[in-house]
Amino acid sequence: MTGKKSSLLELDARTKKRNAAEKRFQYFGIGAVTVGLLFLIVLLTTIVSNGTRAFTQTFVTFELVLDTAEIEAAEASFVKTSKYRDIITAQLAAKVEELGFETELTSADDLKQIFSSGAAGTLREYVLANPESIGTTEVFKFRTSSRVDGYSKGRVTRESLARDKNLAPAALDLVDQMQEAGLVDRSFNWTFITGSDASESRPEQAGIGVSMIGSFFMMLVVLVFALPIGVAASIYLEEFAPKNRLTDIIEVNISNLAAVPSIVFGILGLAVFIQFAHLPQSAPLVGGLVLTLMTLPTIIISTRASLKSVPPSIREAALGVGASKMQTVFHHVLPLAMPGILTGTIIGLAQALGETAPLLLIGMVGFIASNYPEGVASGFLDPNSAMPAQIFEWAKRADPAYYERAWGGIIVLLGFLMTMNMIAILMRRRFERRW
Amino acid sequence: MYDDNHLAERTVTQNDIKISANKVNVHYGESHAIKDVDVAIEDKTVTAFIGPSGCGKSTFLRCINRMNDTIDICRVTGDIRIDNEDIYDRKVDPVQLRAKVGMVFQKPNPFPKSIYDNIAYGPRIHGLARSKADMDEIVEKSLRRGAIWDEVKDRLHAPGTGLSGGQQQRLCIARAVATEPEVLLMDEPCSALDPIATSQVEELIDELRKNYSLVIVTHSMQQAARVSQKTAFFHLGTLVEYGDTGQIFTNPTDERTESYITGRIG
Repeated sequence: MTGKKSSLLELDARTKKRNAAEKRFQYFGIGAVTVGLLFLIVLLTTIVSNGTRAFTQTFVTFELVLDTAEIEAAEASFVKTSKYRDIITAQLAAKVEELGFETELTSADDLKQIFSSGAAGTLREYVLANPESIGTTEVFKFRTSSRVDGYSKGRVTRESLARDKNLAPAALDLVDQMQEAGLVDRSFNWTFITGSDASESRPEQAGIGVSMIGSFFMMLVVLVFALPIGVAASIYLEEFAPKNRLTDIIEVNISNLAAVPSIVFGILGLAVFIQFAHLPQSAPLVGGLVLTLMTLPTIIISTRASLKSVPPSIREAALGVGASKMQTVFHHVLPLAMPGILTGTIIGLAQALGETAPLLLIGMVGFIASNYPEGVASGFLDPNSAMPAQIFEWAKRADPAYYERAWGGIIVLLGFLMTMNMIAILMRRRFERRW
Repeated sequence: MYDDNHLAERTVTQNDIKISANKVNVHYGESHAIKDVDVAIEDKTVTAFIGPSGCGKSTFLRCINRMNDTIDICRVTGDIRIDNEDIYDRKVDPVQLRAKVGMVFQKPNPFPKSIYDNIAYGPRIHGLARSKADMDEIVEKSLRRGAIWDEVKDRLHAPGTGLSGGQQQRLCIARAVATEPEVLLMDEPCSALDPIATSQVEELIDELRKNYSLVIVTHSMQQAARVSQKTAFFHLGTLVEYGDTGQIFTNPTDERTESYITGRIG
């Protein structure tokens, strides 16, 4: 003791130092949060600016005379769609002349570059589905080729077309005039959401719908297997199992499994489900089983944590009035742990929904998602892809139009993930009870 | 020291023995928590267990309804008999035993359910009520016995966790008596309560003595003196002295008991 009386109005050196340290720490914290937010903003703007273009599509709309003789001739020919294409291009050529557009493109061959190669198929499908329309005139809305679509979105320019054999730069002049005349316009692209994957040359027809169904069936499998197995295992380990070496080993290994790279689960799935159990390749059932293996540790860990967080006094209270162990768990502990379990499950599902790597090894990546499943069984067993795998597939393809679709797919996937997280939050709110 | 409580004048009538313990030893892993405890607890009597922290009184209490079974490393040897039946017999199911030996814990721990469901839970799982009317009757009777009926009768479907601490503890006592136990164990039931709530619970304990054999662990010697007829003093895992409360507090035979009640140890 120095004996000198200190004043409370003056900060001593120690206090100053302590306060400075505290301030510094707070600034670090604010800095860290800011950096995080910045990255999030950059990420979201990139995704949105690149991806939203996938949700619109340029169409050519014009009246088409469905001449009976021409259609009969087309149906009689060997390559039917090629004849249908000729019907479309010939009538467009007539239209171009009638409206007096200035263009050097007059042949049907030149004009077909404007349309998606799927346009003829669209026409034929319509004619077959509506035979009464033959001999009448109908308004058709054909999707343009991805180059014309890209031009309308600013992705394709005359310079970039100079080295592109898929569309002559001169066609853009025609497109400009058609746009002015109201023949060409851009509208919402439902096909992107409901459609299936398309071949390399037809990005304008590709959609994420079928792989969405694939993801849906996989999530069903994960939910049906991972939730009951995971919750049962956690309840047993947490509430019933004796604490000994064996359960310790199991515990450590579950934690380790949660950190195993997901591609390893893919190899495991390939070896066990496909090569050993002979389940079909590329099937959502197998994908779901692999993702179940991957999700189980997540569910077990979060379920155990939420069981552990139920105060022991509740267990004592139940045991004290003569409830059996199982009654204690199911009547009291489980309802209180429910919000945590549900949150963990949904987070696990969301993780599984976004997983690509294990799907590579069981053949769910590639040009697979081209047909809708015919029913529930076919949904589980027929080859299909999943949303993230589809995005990966599109990102691999050379055409920038596919690159655009990959970003669009990411928006759809993020939409699903955000919805799932929102459900998790709502459930937590709904089930949360105080004790 | 406690003469003002008129302990010496308290009449102690000899009752039947309800619980008898014989050479009870409890080990927690390596540590020997209870050493050779012999005690005979009477029916329709309040027996207080006192002693310094960690002396094993709660551990011994938890042996009486086999609550210690839930702790893996806990081992109990010796025998404890209720109505001359060995409760550690292989044939005894601890769940059935706990319906007969109710327990009230240190911290009020109502279920996060309604007041009604808190009481009805025990009778429901033991199948004590045949109809809704039966159950209503049990709930009312139990809440009356818990001396809390008047305070909660208008809000039976409000959550039990919304009550005050003292009310919660009385709710827990009501819940414990709802399964018609014969013995009621209380592990420091008032330690989390304020003096007013404590005196309400103490009155209730005295009231419950008519029907049950009560064993209460307490840190408060005044409380032991106020509510109990018999007192057992535990020290370092052994039962040092057991006798009429009046005698223990006014004329202890063991030196350690005297040191404890006069505040020299513990």
